Amino acid sequence: MVTLALTLLLLAVMVIGLTMGSSSSGLEAVRTILFKDGAGDAMQEAIIWRIRLPRVLLAALVGAALSLGGLVFQALLKNPLAEPYILGISGGAAIGAIIGIMLGLSRIPGVGITAFLGSLATLLLIIVISSGRTVLVKDALLLSGVMVNAFCSAVIMFLLSITQDSRLHNIIFWLMGDLSASMIQHVGMLAAILLPCFIVIFIHSNRMNLLLLGSDMAASMGVHVRLVTLVLLVTTSLMISVTVSQCGLIGFVGLVIPHLLRLIIGPDHRVLVPACIFGGGAYMVVCDLLARVLPAQGEMPGGVITAMIGAPLFIILLRRSKQ
Amino acid sequence: MAIRVNKLSYAYRRTPVLHDLTFEVARGECFIVLGPNGSGKTTLIKTLANLLPVSGGDIFFRDRPLKRYSRGDLARRVAYVAQAGIDDSPFSVKEMVIMGRTPYLGVLGVEGRTDLEFARQAIEYTGLSRLSNRRMNSLSGGERQRAHIARAICQQPQLILLDEPTAALDLAHQIRIMDLMATLIKDQGITVVMVSHDINLAAMYADRLLLIVDGRVAACGPPAQVIDEQTLARAYGCHILVDRSPAGPWPRVNLVPKEGSRT
Repeated sequence: MVTLALTLLLLAVMVIGLTMGSSSSGLEAVRTILFKDGAGDAMQEAIIWRIRLPRVLLAALVGAALSLGGLVFQALLKNPLAEPYILGISGGAAIGAIIGIMLGLSRIPGVGITAFLGSLATLLLIIVISSGRTVLVKDALLLSGVMVNAFCSAVIMFLLSITQDSRLHNIIFWLMGDLSASMIQHVGMLAAILLPCFIVIFIHSNRMNLLLLGSDMAASMGVHVRLVTLVLLVTTSLMISVTVSQCGLIGFVGLVIPHLLRLIIGPDHRVLVPACIFGGGAYMVVCDLLARVLPAQGEMPGGVITAMIGAPLFIILLRRSKQ
Repeated sequence: MAIRVNKLSYAYRRTPVLHDLTFEVARGECFIVLGPNGSGKTTLIKTLANLLPVSGGDIFFRDRPLKRYSRGDLARRVAYVAQAGIDDSPFSVKEMVIMGRTPYLGVLGVEGRTDLEFARQAIEYTGLSRLSNRRMNSLSGGERQRAHIARAICQQPQLILLDEPTAALDLAHQIRIMDLMATLIKDQGITVVMVSHDINLAAMYADRLLLIVDGRVAACGPPAQVIDEQTLARAYGCHILVDRSPAGPWPRVNLVPKEGSRT
């Protein structure tokens, strides 16, 4: 039920996203352009097909991937504060992506691959630091994640400091979560990587429920704890790193959306996983819309909006859930 | 035999915990493991649940090595109830209990009507019907323990392994849990292996006892044989008197204060 409502919500905000921008188009015009080839105004058509549609699709994909990433990490670490950003996975991906950009690689697949390598390296580092043998010591994992994250931020600043001026602006704008300048081919490639990841995570949603009871409990009910944990961690890292390499660091989506949905529909991951995909997508489309419409001139990075909405909302949620 | 353990050893990071344990548990038996703190009881029950890799010896479940069972096969035959801790899982009793059906479900874990019926029966059997919509983290220790037992029953196991199910429970709840296990054995022919700290409770309900000290078998047999003043004094390192329980034909343990401390 909730999933259906969220799907409709996502479709609705995507349509609104198509109609609004620096020059508004009516709903009717959008419908004509999308479904009747060559019948609309050529200028409008270019704006919607080349600029808005890829952007709206990208926002939906990115929002879905980030919320799902947060949900998976929160389930594995049994900690509502866990998120790819807080654990440094995104930071590692960003380092990899920056190195890729500095080497002059293309966004996809070149930068995507270096970002994935970067996130895997941080994941490995976190696991090695937190303990040699057991993957799921929860506090140790979170703590070492915080340390790795701090280190990654320092490396990012270091790399930015030694970069030549001309590339600097691009990297900083991208780093703050930028959804503009996306071509439909890029969105297609991103979708080709993300959608299988969504499916893998959905297949594991019931096992995430069992893992919440503790790894011994889960194992005694037939879950291969190590394998499931590894598959989920690697899939999520892949998802996060292609997202980061496409549009930089967008924070708080992975923290706010899973938390909000959990409050509404409860802790069952078989419902939460699809809900996060659609709800996170809708949230990101709205945030990106605000980022496009709010500034009087030009645009602002979408990451600014998600953080400005997300952080206060998170504090309110936290206060309410304690009462 | 439900379980046959042959020269079982287990070491945690080179520190030996269990040495050469050999014993058997018959089908439909209530088998209770006793021993001082740190003697390896929890480790033993976890190795029986195949949650820890043994470093030596063999465990046979129904005459087949434990290692030869697939995860799913084992989960359909053996249920494990961990020591009661703080349960911070966000699920309701109903949601948690039905998770016991997981080994019988497909990859997506969608329950059918029979699974819901199993969960309802298990909840009723453990007397939790009125609490079935309450969250696990809002229950008392005894209620939580019963919910986990209901989840184990949902697994339709041939063997239930419980780690100190009565620890931290008040008297009424202790008896309630033990009676529940006794009826489970009687009604469904399940084998129960349990770790306990409470020797008197164990004496009342166990068919046989296993006393382990420092990871070795100190005694194994019916309560009348294991609950012996000298054996227990040696195992626990304190003065103990054994008499007959006024409640029935069971031995009863009485602690004796150190001489002079209570005069």
